[in-house]
Amino acid sequence: MGATKPVTDASFQADVLDSATPVLVDFWAEWCGPCKMIAPVLEEIAAEYAGKITIAKMNVDENPTTPANYGIRSIPTMNVYVGGEIVKSIVGAKPKAALLRDLEPYL
Amino acid sequence: MSDTRNVIIIGSGPAGYTAAVYAARAQLQPLLFEGAVTAGGALMNTTEVENFPGFTEGVMGPVLMENMRAQAERFGTEIITDDIVSVNLAGAIKTVKDGSDRSYSAHSIILAMGSGYRELNLPNEKRLSGHGVSWCATCDGFFFREQDIAVVGGGDSALEEATFLTRFARSVTLIHRREALRGSRIMQERALANEKIKFAWNSEVTDVLGDTKVTGITLRDTVDGSTRDLPVTGLFIAIGHDPRSELVKGQIDLDHEGYVTVQDRSSRTSIPGVFACGDLVDHTYRQAITAAGSGCAASLDAERYLAAHE
Repeated sequence: MGATKPVTDASFQADVLDSATPVLVDFWAEWCGPCKMIAPVLEEIAAEYAGKITIAKMNVDENPTTPANYGIRSIPTMNVYVGGEIVKSIVGAKPKAALLRDLEPYL
Repeated sequence: MSDTRNVIIIGSGPAGYTAAVYAARAQLQPLLFEGAVTAGGALMNTTEVENFPGFTEGVMGPVLMENMRAQAERFGTEIITDDIVSVNLAGAIKTVKDGSDRSYSAHSIILAMGSGYRELNLPNEKRLSGHGVSWCATCDGFFFREQDIAVVGGGDSALEEATFLTRFARSVTLIHRREALRGSRIMQERALANEKIKFAWNSEVTDVLGDTKVTGITLRDTVDGSTRDLPVTGLFIAIGHDPRSELVKGQIDLDHEGYVTVQDRSSRTSIPGVFACGDLVDHTYRQAITAAGSGCAASLDAERYLAAHE
């Protein structure tokens, strides 16, 4: 396993909403090409910013509830949660530099 | 020793990777920029590719691209997962700059940037992108289980998307400006035979409705000009692609639609030492196999050029 943290419908409350640090949740699936393209970038960010932000991954095939609750209609969608609230929603794959610019306030 | 390369390939996809396989086997040690988030190209957004020769049972688009990439690497292609943001193609030594502001130079360049999807250019289209407006049925179709959705377009990609989306959706309305489809016979027959696919002929989308997510679209009848609203929760746009030639615009010759022009049946552009292949040059065929073929041609053209200028 890499530096990213798998989360599920069951662990979402504890791992994401109750987290003391900001959490980016990448909603993804095996069959999604752009999700595969962004995966290595997220691993890098997770390793480089360990302790500042948690990069979590939720497989939408295996976890139907959370994506539906947050109205996910497209993947990859990357939501940033701070103190249990969504503070940022990034839809679609982006280059690392652009992603880091989006995440800057939370790093 | 200088660090000027023999050949730099810009873009992945079947054209770029095939050019890399050939250039690497010719001992040219190619350097390939596959794009920061577009690696693999358009086929990364597809599912089953049934018409790539040699795969009797078909092959998944992303798998085909991973294999081509691995094949290019096996023969010594150096691959950088970044975009090229600027180029200087004039002169015998060409330079490129990547997204991390690093510069590279080479005696020859192969352009294989492919194409990008076309937008409807409606004010609410961007705003609702990712909230019901999508360009990738294979990525987003999953979220429209038992819902009524629409696909706009009349070519093969639109037909393929509509057919694929019936796996999830309750109904798919295919919206087309004309009265007849443009796609291939087999795709047309599949779509027309599918009970879940409805057709809105002679119609164009003039607005996307919804506050935070798509709730419907407005259609205009292209014959009598009347408008009506169609309640849908998703709109998949498949109205074609435009060549991604902005990077080289103003430096090499493009045609009026933005495709890079090449000489005769070769991959030679208007600048010596610069070659182009794949969807970037192809108005007509735009298939994985024709892109791969033109990538091969570009590599052979570059090899010949390098040999003549040694």
